[in-house]
Amino acid sequence: MNRTVGLWLLVGIVGFCALPWYVLEDGLWSFEWLDGYPYDTDYAPGLFLLLQGEKLWLSPIAFLLALPLLIIGASKRNINFSRILLVAGGVGLFYLLAQGFAIGIRGWNADVFTQSFGELGDRQFGFGFGAMFVGAAFLFFLTTGIAARGIVNGDVFVVGSIGFVIALVGLFILYPVLNMLSSALQTNDGVYSIGVFFSKFFSNKIWGLGCLTENRSCGVAWNSLVLAICVGALTTLLGLVFALVATRSGLRQAHLLRPLTVLPIITPPFVIGLAIILLFGLSGAVTTFVADLLGINPTRWVYGLPGILIAQLLSFTPIAFLVLIGVVEGVSPSMEEASQTLRASRWQTFKTVSLPLMRPGLANAFLLGFIESMADFGNPLVLGGNYDVLSTEIFFAIVGAQNDQGKAAVLAIVLLIFTLSAFYAQRRWLGKKSYTTQTGKGDSGIPAALPRRILFPCYVLVGIWGTFTLVVYGMIVYGGFVEVWGLNHTLTFKHYITAFDINFNDNGIHFKGSAWDSFWTTLRIAATAAPLTAVIGLVTAYLLVRQNFSGKNAFEFGTMLSFAIPGTVIGVAYILAFNVPPLELTGTGVILVLSFIFRNMPVGIRAGIASMSQLDKSLDEASLTLGANTWRTFKEIILPLMKPAIVAALVFSFVRAMTAISAVIFLVSAEHNMATSYIIGRVENNDYGIAIAYSTVLIVVMLTAVTLTQLLVGKSKTGRRSSAKTLPAV
Amino acid sequence: MTATIKSKAASVEFRDVSKIYGTDVTAVDRVSLKVNAGELVTLLGPSGCGKTTTLRMIAGLEMVSSGSVFIGDNDVTLLPATDRDVSMVFQSYALFPHMNVFENVSYGLRVSKLGKQDIQEKTNTGLELVGLAGYGDRLPSELSGGQQQRVAVARALVLEPQVLLFDEPLSNLDAKLRRQVREEIRELQTKLGLTVVYVTHDQEEALAVSDRIIVMRNASIAQNGSPRDLYEQPTDSFVADFIGEANIMDVAINSVDAQTGLAEVRIGDLQLQLASRDIPVGPAKLAVRPNRIILSSQASGSALAGTVSKSTYVGNHMEYVVTTDHGEWFAVSNDVDATHGVGSDVNVQFSERGPVLLPH
Ligand SMILES: Nc1ncnc2c1ncn2[C@@H]1O[C@H](COP(=O)(O)OP(=O)(O)O)[C@@H](O)[C@H]1O
Ligand SMILES: [Mg+2]
Repeated sequence: MNRTVGLWLLVGIVGFCALPWYVLEDGLWSFEWLDGYPYDTDYAPGLFLLLQGEKLWLSPIAFLLALPLLIIGASKRNINFSRILLVAGGVGLFYLLAQGFAIGIRGWNADVFTQSFGELGDRQFGFGFGAMFVGAAFLFFLTTGIAARGIVNGDVFVVGSIGFVIALVGLFILYPVLNMLSSALQTNDGVYSIGVFFSKFFSNKIWGLGCLTENRSCGVAWNSLVLAICVGALTTLLGLVFALVATRSGLRQAHLLRPLTVLPIITPPFVIGLAIILLFGLSGAVTTFVADLLGINPTRWVYGLPGILIAQLLSFTPIAFLVLIGVVEGVSPSMEEASQTLRASRWQTFKTVSLPLMRPGLANAFLLGFIESMADFGNPLVLGGNYDVLSTEIFFAIVGAQNDQGKAAVLAIVLLIFTLSAFYAQRRWLGKKSYTTQTGKGDSGIPAALPRRILFPCYVLVGIWGTFTLVVYGMIVYGGFVEVWGLNHTLTFKHYITAFDINFNDNGIHFKGSAWDSFWTTLRIAATAAPLTAVIGLVTAYLLVRQNFSGKNAFEFGTMLSFAIPGTVIGVAYILAFNVPPLELTGTGVILVLSFIFRNMPVGIRAGIASMSQLDKSLDEASLTLGANTWRTFKEIILPLMKPAIVAALVFSFVRAMTAISAVIFLVSAEHNMATSYIIGRVENNDYGIAIAYSTVLIVVMLTAVTLTQLLVGKSKTGRRSSAKTLPAV
Repeated sequence: MTATIKSKAASVEFRDVSKIYGTDVTAVDRVSLKVNAGELVTLLGPSGCGKTTTLRMIAGLEMVSSGSVFIGDNDVTLLPATDRDVSMVFQSYALFPHMNVFENVSYGLRVSKLGKQDIQEKTNTGLELVGLAGYGDRLPSELSGGQQQRVAVARALVLEPQVLLFDEPLSNLDAKLRRQVREEIRELQTKLGLTVVYVTHDQEEALAVSDRIIVMRNASIAQNGSPRDLYEQPTDSFVADFIGEANIMDVAINSVDAQTGLAEVRIGDLQLQLASRDIPVGPAKLAVRPNRIILSSQASGSALAGTVSKSTYVGNHMEYVVTTDHGEWFAVSNDVDATHGVGSDVNVQFSERGPVLLPH
C-alpha cells in the first residue's frame, strides 16, 4: 500500500475515532477531558458522537475519510488512485470547513440556512484536535492525489509542502484579513452596509485636514503618513551616513558601528520611548535641567510628533544601516576608480557614480522605515500625547470604552492600504533584485574615500547619534535602579525585587515577583513559536528557491504578505476571526504562538532564501540522481547545510517574539500575559521603575541569546563546512 | 574485498525529444538519438547548444516537453530522477560538504537501504577502483580537485547504474590532469562495460574518449558518428570547423559522374575529383584540414599558385598562411627543415583523402 496515503489515513482515523472532536476548554494536556470521555458530547471523538446519534452532520466526514480504503494496494498509476484521493481530500476539506462555518454556537450561523433547512436545534463548538487531524488527513489526501496526477513531477513531498503552506497562509493570514474587511462592511449589529463603511472610512477623524486651516488636529491617517514619511527619509539619510562612515571613512574605529545593528533586534520597540520620557518628559532629566537653567516651566513638548519621531529614529536607523551597509559595499570600487581615472573629482564621483548606484538600496531603506513606522505601536502609545496615529487609534477602538470593532477594522484597512502600497512600490521598484546575494565578486579595486565635505558632517552626525544612543541605553539601565524618576533619585533594588523576587523555602523555589508569570509565559511562547517559524520559513524558502510550479509568484506574494501587515492589523484581524467557531482561539496561548509564526515567517523565509541560494543546486540534484527522493534530500543534504541559517532564524524569531507588542496587546489574556504587554500596563499606571527594570532584564536575556548564537554559528562555520554564514535580512 | 562492481549497462534512446523552457526558449529541438549498451557517446557542441539539457533529460532532472525517453526497454519519460537507474557526475562534482568521502560514496547505497555489510564493501571497492582506498575519512575540502573528481565518479559508480552521465567532468581540472583523468574515465568505462554519455565542448577531449560523437548545434543534432567519420567526413561546414580546424572555401561543382559518384571541382588551375556526397552541380563548399595541404615550390600535376604571407615556426611543425587568387589557406607542415619563407611563391595541392565537399 502507498505509504503516504496509509500514514494520513491513520492520522485521520485517530482524529475521528480517538481524539476529542471539539475544542477543549482546558486544553488537551490538562487531561480533564478524560473524565466523561468518550461519551460526553463535549469531549467525544467524532465516531462516538455519531454512534450516539449526535451531530449527525458529521457523518459525511466519516464516509469521505474511509474512501481511500478503496485504493489500498492500488498502484500510483491507477487512474482511480488519484481520482479517489482528489474526491476524498477535496470534498472532505470543503465539507469540513463548510459545516464548521455554517453551524456555530447558536446553531445555524446565517439566516439563509435557517430559512432553507429550518431550525437546527443544535450547536457546536470550534474545531478540536480530532477535527484538526481529520483536516490534515483530507489536505494531504488532496495533495497526494494532485501529485499522482503528475503535477511537479508527481512529487508527493513537494506538492504536500505547497499545499501545507497554502493552507496555513490561507487560514492564518488571508482568512483573518478578509474577515476583517467584511466586518468593516458591517454595522455593529452585523448588518452589511456599504454606506456605513464609507461614512466610517471617510470620517473626519481619519482624513480631516483641520490642522492646516484651524487650530484642530488632523486626521489620524495624515498623522501616520507624515510621521512615516519623516521617519523613512531621516532613517535612510542617517543609515546612509552610518554605512558610509563604516565602510568608506578608513577610520579604524568604524567597525564599532556594526554592533549597533543588533540593537533594534533586542530592544522592545517602546523601550526607546520610555528612555525619551526619562530624558525629555515633564520630569525628565534634560527638561528639568534646562528649565532650571533658563528659569522657565518644564513643558510637555516631547509628547506628540517630536517624541515619536525621535524614538522611531533611534529605533529604526539601525535597520536602514543594516540595509545600506550591504548596498554601499556592493557598489563596485572599480566603477568609482574608472570614474576617477576619467578625471572626475571625489565629489563628482560620489555624486554621479556612487550615489546613483545606491538608489535602489536607498529606496528599499526608505520603504522599510516607512512600513516600520506605520506599524509601530509601542512608541506612539508611550509618547503620542495628542498626536493620534492609526496603530494606537485601532487599539483604543477595540479596548477603549468605544469597543467599536467596525471602526477598528476600517482603521486597520487604511493602515493596510498604506503599508501594502509601500510594499507593492518596493517590489515594483526592486523586482527580484533584493534577493540575489552578491557573493564572490572578484573586484579588486579600493573603495573611493569619501570627499571631505561629506565626511565631516558624517562624523558629526555619527558622533551625536552615538552619544545619544549611549545615553538612552544608559538611562534604561540607570532608570531601573532609581526610586521615583524625577522626584527621588535614590538608588534602590526595589523595582527588581518587586518584579523578580525569588523565595527559597521548604517547597523549593518560589517565584514571588510580579513579573515572573509573564516572563515564563513569554519564554514558553517564544520558544514554541521559534522552531515552528523556522520550519515553515525554511520549507517555504525551499519551495521558492528550488522548485518550479505554476502559481509560484502568487505563492511567494502570499507568503511574504504578512511582512506588510502591521502587527496591530494582525491583532485586530485575529480577535475578529478566531473569537468564534470553527476556530476558537482567543484567550489561548495558541493564538499568540500563531500570531508570532505568521508575523515572523517572512524573516524565516528571507533567511532561508539567502542561505539556500548560496547552496549549489547540483548538490540536491546529485542526491536525487543517487536515488534519494526530495524529502530525503531535504532532510539529509539541505537541512544540515543550512544549519547556520536555521539557528539564525530560530534566534531571530525567538527574540522577535519576546519583543513584539503590537499584535500581542490584542491577544493576551489574564492567563497568558506577555512581558511586553505587562510592561505597557506598568507604563500606563505611571509605574516606570518596574517597566524599565523589566525591559533591562529582557534586553539582557536577548543579548545573551543573540551572543550565544553568534558564537555557536561561528563555531560550526570553522568546523566541518565551508558554506557561507548568512545574516537574516530585517 | 568480496564485493565487485558490475555493470547493468543499458541503452538510452531519445525519440523526437524537445525541451522548451518557459514559453519560448527551445533548448532541445526534436532530437532523436540512441546510445547502445556499453558504449561511450559524447555530446559535443558550443556553449548553449543544449548538451547539458539533453544530459539532464536522461537523468530525469528535467522533464521532456515532448517526445519520449527509453532506458533499456523501459519508457522512463515520466519517471523523475529518483526513480531512474542513472547516475551523474556533475561539473562541480557536487560532493556533499558535510559528509566525508566514505559517507559521500555510500550515500546512494544507504538511500537504497542496502545492508551495512554490503554498503561497507561496495563503498570500499568503489574507492579502490578510483584509487582512493584509505581516503574514506577525509572531507571533500581536504582533497585536491582531481581527487574530488574521482570521489564523484566512485559515488556514481557504486550504484551500478544502467547509465552513467558526465557533464564536462574535466572543466575544473588543470590542463595536465585533464589528459590523465580522461584516460582513467575511458579505462573504467571499458573495463566495466558501462554505458556512458559524456558532455564536453572540447573537441580534442571528445575525439580522445568517445566511441561515438554526437555534435549538437542550436538545440539539434548536427552530426552523429565515429570520431574518424566526424573528422574526415563532416556533413557540413559547422562540423568541419568545430572538429579541428579546416579551410573552408566556396567552390563550384562543374559536373558529377553518375556512375562513380565523383564530382569535378576546379579552383583556379587546381583540378579535383572528389566524392560528391550527393551534392548537386552548382555552388558548394570545400573543407581542407591544414595538415592535408601540401606546399611545394615545384608542382607535379595541377596546382593552385600562391604566395606565402605568413610563416611561423612552432617547434614541432610549421604554420603557413598562403595567399592565392582563391582565398587565404592555412597550412601545417611537419617539415621544419625545408621551409618556405615569406614572399616565396608556392604551389598548393591537397593530399589524397584531404578535401571534402560540403553542401553550400
Ligand atoms: N532553466 C533554464 N531556464 C531557461 N533557459 C534555460 C535553462 N537551462 C538552460 N536554458 C537555455 O537552454 C539553452 C541550452 O542550455 P544548455 O543545455 O545548458 O547548454 P550547454 O550545456 O550546451 O551549454 C541555453 O540557451 C540556455 O540559456
Ligand atoms: Mg552545459
